[in-house]
Amino acid sequence: MDLNYTEAQHAFRAEIREWLAVNVPRTPLASFDTKEGFAAHREWERTLAKGNWGMVTWPEVYGGRGCDLIEWLIFEEEYYRAGAPLRVNQNGIFLLGPTLMEYGTEEQKARFIPAMASGDEIWAQGWSEPNAGSDMAAIRCRADRDGDEFVINGQKIWSTRAVYADWVFGLFRTDPASERHRGLSKILVPLNAAGITVRPIAQLNGLPGFAEIFFDDVRVPAFNMLGGEGEGWNIAMATAGFERGLMLRSPARFQQAARRLVDLYRDRGNDILDPSIEDAVLRCYMDAEAYALSTYQTASKLTRGGSIGPEASCNKIFWSEMDILIHETAMKLLGARAEIEPETATEITELGSWLDGFMFAQSGPIYAGTNEIQRNIIAERMLGMPRK
Amino acid sequence: MDFTFSDDQLSFRDALHAMLVGEVTTDRIRSRWDTDSGTDEALLQQIQAFGFGSMLVPESLDGLGLDLVDFVLLAEACGRAALPEPVVESAMVVTPLLVDVLDRGLGNGFVQEVLDGLIAGTTSVAVAHPINPCVNFAHRADWLLLEHGDELHLIHRDSTTLKSHKSVDPSRRLASVTFDPSSDTQIANGEAGAKLWRATLNRGALASAAQLLGLTQGIIDQCIQYSTDRHQFGRAIGVNQAVKHLMADVAVQLEYVKPVVYRAAYTAAVSPDRADFAVSHAKIAAARAAMLAARNSIQLHGAMGYTWECDLQIWVKRCWALAREWGDDGFHKNRMHEWLLRPNALLGPEFTFGRRSITDSVDVA
Repeated sequence: MDLNYTEAQHAFRAEIREWLAVNVPRTPLASFDTKEGFAAHREWERTLAKGNWGMVTWPEVYGGRGCDLIEWLIFEEEYYRAGAPLRVNQNGIFLLGPTLMEYGTEEQKARFIPAMASGDEIWAQGWSEPNAGSDMAAIRCRADRDGDEFVINGQKIWSTRAVYADWVFGLFRTDPASERHRGLSKILVPLNAAGITVRPIAQLNGLPGFAEIFFDDVRVPAFNMLGGEGEGWNIAMATAGFERGLMLRSPARFQQAARRLVDLYRDRGNDILDPSIEDAVLRCYMDAEAYALSTYQTASKLTRGGSIGPEASCNKIFWSEMDILIHETAMKLLGARAEIEPETATEITELGSWLDGFMFAQSGPIYAGTNEIQRNIIAERMLGMPRK
Repeated sequence: MDFTFSDDQLSFRDALHAMLVGEVTTDRIRSRWDTDSGTDEALLQQIQAFGFGSMLVPESLDGLGLDLVDFVLLAEACGRAALPEPVVESAMVVTPLLVDVLDRGLGNGFVQEVLDGLIAGTTSVAVAHPINPCVNFAHRADWLLLEHGDELHLIHRDSTTLKSHKSVDPSRRLASVTFDPSSDTQIANGEAGAKLWRATLNRGALASAAQLLGLTQGIIDQCIQYSTDRHQFGRAIGVNQAVKHLMADVAVQLEYVKPVVYRAAYTAAVSPDRADFAVSHAKIAAARAAMLAARNSIQLHGAMGYTWECDLQIWVKRCWALAREWGDDGFHKNRMHEWLLRPNALLGPEFTFGRRSITDSVDVA
């Protein structure tokens, strides 16, 4: 055990810090769930890509820097410290990217990864269907083989970023006779293909952060299937592992929020009348740090050749419930003014983005597998409690 | 940056765990309850054979020269076994205190002799920190380390007065200690004394936190077994989600306490003067997880969980005791709070391990 950064890691931190100081937009971008905000975030992805900062863990040939996970954590720490824009392509770079690296053919990697890294192709995800939510194995959306193509029919729902994205990856039933986890395949579909209808769904904040996607005889080349036919479930589990596990919610995000919460608490000072708030602020700060330490532990383990086990299911519960506590505490600190949606410059300065974050935090215990499902997984697969 | 334990550290832990599983059975723990000493002398010899006496003594003083990072996993294993004897405190708190005294060139003629006895396993020493109202197993200590203001005294037990107190945990043997401080017994004072007591508190809190980690795991182990064996409505009770989630909640907390305790051990080892916030974080988080484990495990066991007969009480009651010794929530939260609100506190994602390293992580005055 050595909890010191190497000189090379210090140098890496200095390099990204300097680049971000020059390049991060001075005024925050509009939400990527608006048309102009999406375009601005795509532009930011292009800026990142030009500096080779799009996805530092990828090999150089794909626009990355071949960094290890510790360097990725350092990158994330500096990224959140600088207040850089959220990653509009997170479905691509954090979820599909690692899966492509593991299961894609060389041709598929060459086709999809550079365009993902450059921001030219932004990805949506297509797991859920109206009758396949927590029970994802109930997927019915079909992809029938027809020569060198698949013909897709059916519906996906809750597809994050699908309103403005270019591509969607998802699970489709390629064997019509199959049931449950068998006979599913992972297929990548361009959202401008003939036969696709995207119907935006407004989220709690009123913006269309996700959508329904209808597939009506949509034809895609068989080349777009990732991994073997019928292997979709296992590949999806690997993606879900990344999502729940290391990549989707890096600790820096919560450490930065907890740091801002401490600042808010200091600013409110003597105005705080609720004695439970102090305890909550402490808890938020400690939990954010605990999440960071745990992630460093996992990253160290992976760097030494270990693997992520079922304990990764703990991550998602921990960060999603911590995120709620951080934002609930901020709402308490803001008191009755917490309900105001900031519009004027003064309001934005005083109230920050806490209300927006508070609303988004409500979704954390639901997406990427509800926390109830995660608790079942922990009890059965990690602890070994009886299934029947 | 490498936040992993070495294979040697892990296999040492596994070897100790395997020995404790075989030797520290619940029957043998219960048989200690009926004795005055509360200890199993044969087991203490086996623990001594693992090198507990000399592990945290530097090689220059004829010890094994290991550090708190090496030892924290062993403390955890002792907690998981609910080991009654105070061997963790002896190795992790008492011994380093005596070593610190010698390191500073303090002490009287007895200190080296007492340390030699500890290394050899022939002498037993207990420490009475003012944060704890009682000393566990004071009556079987040959020597006691006692506080008088900032002074540190080393006194033979025969020269003190012990008053026994019954603990909620029948495995513990508590006593309050009174003594007459004199210049003959004093081995440190003033600023040096205060510093020794502060480091002792941190090592004590770390020892509790590490054992609480193990105790929490020990409770989970029993709950998994019980929820598999116990059937109602024609099936194991562990099939029910409401029962599963009682343990999943504990498991989630435990996963996120481990790295916090390990970071505290590392900080206390490499930068003891700056370990306060890391140790307080560890103690708060470990106590919280253990108290949840204790609560949920009794619920999971139903009426059995509320009986004297059920072995679960061995772990649960230890959690209740250790959660509050070496500083309760109030003490450690206040230390965290003070640190967090310092104008020069290093907060934010880039400071997880300090400005450049843990040795400068608290502040730069």
